[in-house]
Amino acid sequence: MSDGPATLVATTARPSRIVSVICEVLSRPSGFIGLFLVIAHVLLALFSPIFAPFDFKAMNANAILSPPDATHWLGTDQLGRDILTRTIMGGRQAILVTAIATPLAVAWGGLLGIYLGLAGGRLDDILMRVVDAFLALPWILKMLLMIVTFGTGVSVLIPTLAFFYGIPVIRIARAATQNIVARDFVLAARARGHSRVSIMRKELFGNVLDALMVEGAMRWSWMLLAFTSLSFLGFGVSPPTPDWGLMIADSRNFMAIAPWPAFAPVIALSSLIIGINLTADALAKALGIDRAQAAVH
Amino acid sequence: MTGDVLIDVQNLSIGFTGRSGKLLPVLRNIDLGVRRGETVGIVGESGSGKSTLALAMMGYLKHGLRVISGRSLFDGRDLLTMPSCELQRIRGGKIALIPQNSGQSLSPNLRVGAQLTEALALHGKLALSAFPARVIQLLQQVRLPDPEVIASRYPHELSGGQQQRVAIAMALAGDPEALLLDEPTTGLDVTTQAHILALLSDIAVRLDKVMVYVSHDLGAIARVCSRVVVMYAGEIVLDGDATSVLTNPGHPYARGLLASIPRLGNPNLPMALEGRPPPPGDAGPGCSFVDRCAIAEAPCRSERPGLQPLPAGGRVRCRLPERAGSIPTKRAGKPASAGGSFGEPLVRLSNLAISYARQSLVDQLLGRKPQGVPTVDRVNIEIRQGEVIGLVGESGSGKSTILKAVAGLVGPANGEIAYDRSGALPATVEQRRPEQLREIQLIFQNPDESLNPRHTIEQILAQPLQLYFGLSGDALRKRSIAILERVRLGAHYLDRLPSQLSGGEKQRVAIARAFAAEPKLLLCDEVTSALDVSVQAAVLDLLDQLRRDVRALSDRVAVLYQGRLCEIGPAAAVYSRPCHPYTEALLGAVLEPEPGARPILMAEDIVELSPPAKGCPFQRRCHRKVGSICESTTPPQRNAGAEHVIHCHIPIGELTSAQTVSTLGNAVRPHVQ
Repeated sequence: MSDGPATLVATTARPSRIVSVICEVLSRPSGFIGLFLVIAHVLLALFSPIFAPFDFKAMNANAILSPPDATHWLGTDQLGRDILTRTIMGGRQAILVTAIATPLAVAWGGLLGIYLGLAGGRLDDILMRVVDAFLALPWILKMLLMIVTFGTGVSVLIPTLAFFYGIPVIRIARAATQNIVARDFVLAARARGHSRVSIMRKELFGNVLDALMVEGAMRWSWMLLAFTSLSFLGFGVSPPTPDWGLMIADSRNFMAIAPWPAFAPVIALSSLIIGINLTADALAKALGIDRAQAAVH
Repeated sequence: MTGDVLIDVQNLSIGFTGRSGKLLPVLRNIDLGVRRGETVGIVGESGSGKSTLALAMMGYLKHGLRVISGRSLFDGRDLLTMPSCELQRIRGGKIALIPQNSGQSLSPNLRVGAQLTEALALHGKLALSAFPARVIQLLQQVRLPDPEVIASRYPHELSGGQQQRVAIAMALAGDPEALLLDEPTTGLDVTTQAHILALLSDIAVRLDKVMVYVSHDLGAIARVCSRVVVMYAGEIVLDGDATSVLTNPGHPYARGLLASIPRLGNPNLPMALEGRPPPPGDAGPGCSFVDRCAIAEAPCRSERPGLQPLPAGGRVRCRLPERAGSIPTKRAGKPASAGGSFGEPLVRLSNLAISYARQSLVDQLLGRKPQGVPTVDRVNIEIRQGEVIGLVGESGSGKSTILKAVAGLVGPANGEIAYDRSGALPATVEQRRPEQLREIQLIFQNPDESLNPRHTIEQILAQPLQLYFGLSGDALRKRSIAILERVRLGAHYLDRLPSQLSGGEKQRVAIARAFAAEPKLLLCDEVTSALDVSVQAAVLDLLDQLRRDVRALSDRVAVLYQGRLCEIGPAAAVYSRPCHPYTEALLGAVLEPEPGARPILMAEDIVELSPPAKGCPFQRRCHRKVGSICESTTPPQRNAGAEHVIHCHIPIGELTSAQTVSTLGNAVRPHVQ
């Protein structure tokens, strides 16, 4: 019954889903620009120590707050350090910490959300009220509370960011799961007698993954902002390690006379966040997810 | 009575640009003139281009479509090249569309009267002062009782049938000369559908409208149309008066379509029409139907037949119209596997009641019982080994709920389900033994919903095989292939995703998954209602083969209304001589693809939201109500013969002798046990 049209169907076969999604993302201007920005930033973060023109610690008393010139392309800061060097190295900590914390946040928030969406009942009722309560608090308050309690440093920041940024993921994963749980193939799996874990793994996970991927990209950009804000406030990276947030904080006193030390880290941070957002947008469109429904936190 | 040509489609081809950049035609060289006074039915399976044609008749192309050649004239002017401001005046004013689910397209926050007034103001043919009278007149024209009351209601306060009537009134508001109807009754209950169709054919005559009626349902077309056009793969393959097309069509496809429709009056299984139409752009140089045609010859593959006139009137796109007559249109099909003797009772539903009423948190704390009348109540059915029992009823009659209770997905509020002499079956899936879970399998209505879109067919079939038999690796694959072959699909399907399969193939996979568990009891929930007509027959045929295994397939039938049993008995007895008033109403409304078949409209087409607390469930709609006893007392069980039980207050003698209902059609889709 199918041999004629089958050839047509077979050519659109399946292992290429990931490839086709990436192609789809790249085919949109927003996806192409976004992905280019993100990849450029990640490569810079990885390899900047190799090709940074100066030592990021090296001070030069003869070139304090000097404007951009042939030697220091982006000028120098109040201690005479090269801003280009510090900017291309300033994202390393932020990208490293958030690149580890984001998958952790999506993993724990996603798993709990899928479970609650499937199980429902009283546990779901209670936990979701707790989630609501957490989301009602300003994030900076929660973060500062953790840092005051456990101190700063990467080993505290990663679990802290992963914990707090996993909470909104619970909502997204639960909502996506509830849409799927109502469908007959989940009912069929229940009727066959599959366990909850097996239903989560086999029926739900693949269908919620799209929403989680887009959500993960969004969480990543929010997390970068949060990390940089903490550095700005002096709770993130400690000097002399170069960091965008720290650089902005240091240079704000000289804004009136020497604005260039602040420009470079601001542009670097914004371009990365814009890149992530553009990629997330294109990814959502390629996967057919309505970003308008996603919660913003 | 037919006059000059009003709608004239000339050599129209419409297509879209495919991924490969090639122009793929959806409509190919359509020539169709509709005269004043005609009601034309356009019939075809999904993807045949029938809706595209209907929309082109009002100068509308769906996004991405463009005209390749031809014109679409209305009253002598080409709508496809007309400027949009002029088109606006013609649409609604001269030619109106009633789309599928148009009842749901009413604005929910405006009263019916206000919406009709809006439509009248838009067309601007009347003085403002005449609006109220015209609104009432329109509602009368669609035969709504108490038009003043209806006009002051919001759409959600009306039933589905009433909403559809209001939508028809909206279309009539501009006093158009022509009405285009795109599957206007699909999705409505059988009884409602019959009422709407009666109304439409009445409107065509009484208000003298040209009607173009698009449907996949030959039964619906038979009730309304005087002329029928059959479409296949974007072409008109047959055009003729309703009688000849519906009884002795001159095209092999139309004959296959007729034969594939299950009919109540005929106990044989319908004949399956194998294969599927070529996708757009894929039809070869020859006849588009050649791959599925029983009488095709070599020249059919190389030359595309023209639409040639038939000697008896009408046109056909076939090289061999005189030989097409040899293809049977009715049931040379094989008989369904014989009923007769069955084994031991397998399942017994005793006094089953199911309630969806949930306790709120406050009620839980106060220890209150859930309120409300149960959705399903007092259902007693016994199913024996090897037997097929059909549950019949309108939507909301509790058919699916009962199946879900047996499958353990809904816990009964009362009564019990006894299973296989092992006593009561635990209420929910979690409490059942693995063996019981394996032996009871469920097949759902819509395979798009019941198959995980992210799983390959291999993964889908692996679920029951791993779970119940612990198969893996080579053994699993071998078994999967064997099961696929049982549902007549090849091994190469294993790596596909459901989205790469046709509707019929998907449902076969769903059936294969259920049979993989080697069940003793198979619960089928409207397994064919989401499929095209020609595919339905193939699926029913498959189920019958597999069971050794509804009227297409049922041995016994249980008729349900509002979750209560009305009648249960052998299929032949129930269908040929319905006794319960509700069965009479239901079967009388069934659509028969016979020209001139007229429905027997008995019950009001109202939809009840909840069953009455006391008495007979059918009391509010019954046309043979005895008296107050129907409202106060649960009807007694009356025995009308071997295993034939009727729940009614009317004495058994009167029930069996009163009515004889003529032949019955196909639209009641019984469920298989």
